[in-house]
Amino acid sequence: MKNRLIRKQNMDLLVNNLIGTDVEVVGPKRKDGKYAFGKLTAANEMCLAYDTTLLPPKIYLLPQKETLIRFELGEQPKIEPVVEAKPTILFGVHPYDIKAIELLDTAFSTTNPDINYLSRREKTIIVGIDCLNPNPNAFCPSLGTAIAETGFDLMLTDIGDSYVVAVGSSKGEELLDNYAEGKEATSSDLIRRDQARQKALTKYKTGLNVTLDELTELLDKSWDSPLWKERSEQCLSCGSCVMVCPTCFCFDVQDDIALNLKDGERYRQWDACMLPDFALVAGGGNFRKDRESRYRHRLYRKGKYVWERWGKLGCVGCGRCASACLADIASPAETFNLLKEEDK
Amino acid sequence: MISQAVPETSIYVPHPAELIRVVLIAEREKLFEFRLKDGKELSHKPGQFVELSIFGIGENPISISSSPTKKGSFELAVRNVGNVTNALHSMDTGTTVGIRGPFGNGFPVNNIKGKDILIVAGGIGLFPLRSLINYVLDNRKEFGRLIVLSGSRTPQERMFARELENWQKREDMELLETVDKRDQSWTGNVGVVTTLFPKVDMDPENTFAITVGPPVMYKFVVVACQKKGIPDEQILMSLERRMKCGVGKCGHCQINGVYVCQEGPVFTYTQIKKLEEAI
Repeated sequence: MKNRLIRKQNMDLLVNNLIGTDVEVVGPKRKDGKYAFGKLTAANEMCLAYDTTLLPPKIYLLPQKETLIRFELGEQPKIEPVVEAKPTILFGVHPYDIKAIELLDTAFSTTNPDINYLSRREKTIIVGIDCLNPNPNAFCPSLGTAIAETGFDLMLTDIGDSYVVAVGSSKGEELLDNYAEGKEATSSDLIRRDQARQKALTKYKTGLNVTLDELTELLDKSWDSPLWKERSEQCLSCGSCVMVCPTCFCFDVQDDIALNLKDGERYRQWDACMLPDFALVAGGGNFRKDRESRYRHRLYRKGKYVWERWGKLGCVGCGRCASACLADIASPAETFNLLKEEDK
Repeated sequence: MISQAVPETSIYVPHPAELIRVVLIAEREKLFEFRLKDGKELSHKPGQFVELSIFGIGENPISISSSPTKKGSFELAVRNVGNVTNALHSMDTGTTVGIRGPFGNGFPVNNIKGKDILIVAGGIGLFPLRSLINYVLDNRKEFGRLIVLSGSRTPQERMFARELENWQKREDMELLETVDKRDQSWTGNVGVVTTLFPKVDMDPENTFAITVGPPVMYKFVVVACQKKGIPDEQILMSLERRMKCGVGKCGHCQINGVYVCQEGPVFTYTQIKKLEEAI
């Protein structure tokens, strides 16, 4: 993989030169004492030293609400697909979020490829950045998501006055060639990069006490653990843990009709398996009607189901769910560690 | 970088279908016959389902009630229980709806060729099973015995009553019926559907049991089948879930890591045993 060295002011220049082109430039910005991805109007709005954002960059690939078809009612209803995708550059995506996007790519492209997701994805350039100030709830090193080797077009590492920039694709290379002044990174630059990464690894406060292989095994024998009930008794069934999750992609589908009772649309919007009516069927049957079964389902999905189905991580250790949970029960690391304790 | 190409068409766009016939089945149930407007066959297998769109109201998964041997149109039997089904029930012939699918694996008709087939229907579980029954009757020589056990709550809630009477008269199948609660008109068996099991002799090793009904029924039917000696991998059932997309994305039909719209809705008991929360 090629590595360049680009001075920070030159990277700002790159961002500023992109703003105003037909590409939407998105990056992490400060928001009420926290961070959130948003559209940039100048490079200095961006805060690349962030710990984690409130919502994952998934919002630019699978928006909270998205129209799938439009229709016009009548004797012969007119139906047309809606695919909205504009060229976007996502700046400052952390490795764990890149890993999560790799899962979304797999889930939306294998069997029944999803045109809405894949059109957006095709038009999206990902400029990652190593997370050097991890959130206290994050446990990426335990999952191997602290560093990404694939899944990006460019990957930045802050080494002080410059970024070491790994080139992950021809699109990324083109971007640098057209917009950024820089040079090949030297071996001493790469050493500084590795030192920065190593230092970041020492800052994580949360860790998983089981390996990924052990985790599947542990979950295989933990279905009847009293832990699910104990912890879920605090659950407010608010769905926040799912709403902030970079690897969750379940959705609801609804129709909406305009006031003229003629024009309408069908849209999908994020849904959450932690909400009480997620597994409800016609006639009132509900296959996960109690909090315990919903809570267990979510954590099995994070630790087992997704991994077994798509070969990608169902949890990337970003810690957003733990930060969002009012009852303080959402952290997969904490839950899996407790299961491990119980299993001893 | 993403390697998968963007597809040319959207999996979420329904195909227009015209409602060409409506038949009242029971108090809350009607049969709807549709023809795809592009003139194509639905090309389904018994046990598959479609996503039915009533534009402006929504989309629902509905099992297909007609056999694929019936050409030119297909039938959906629907109980009026929610927004979409309610809108459908008030529709007249000539109306256009949307159809996506068929989806799901369906009953394994090829694997059960030459075998005896024991069908156990509970209530509107007969809707998807009717597709299989008619398929077997239309390809009668390819299958062994066809035994149908059908249970209804009351005599008024017998689905497809006229067809049941026709099946009753046929020499090439056996139909046994029961109701949970009798009224004065009913002279037949009273009790849940499993009370019919002792009344039939079967060759269990050569029999595939296929059951559809309310979830609570499955546990009892499985035990009754096992008592008869039918192996677990020859006991099949179709699971109800709310498939909102039908294409393995939306997550609503998940049982553990299984997407019922993709791997199901038909599962063997061998598979179900390993799936917590399945039934």
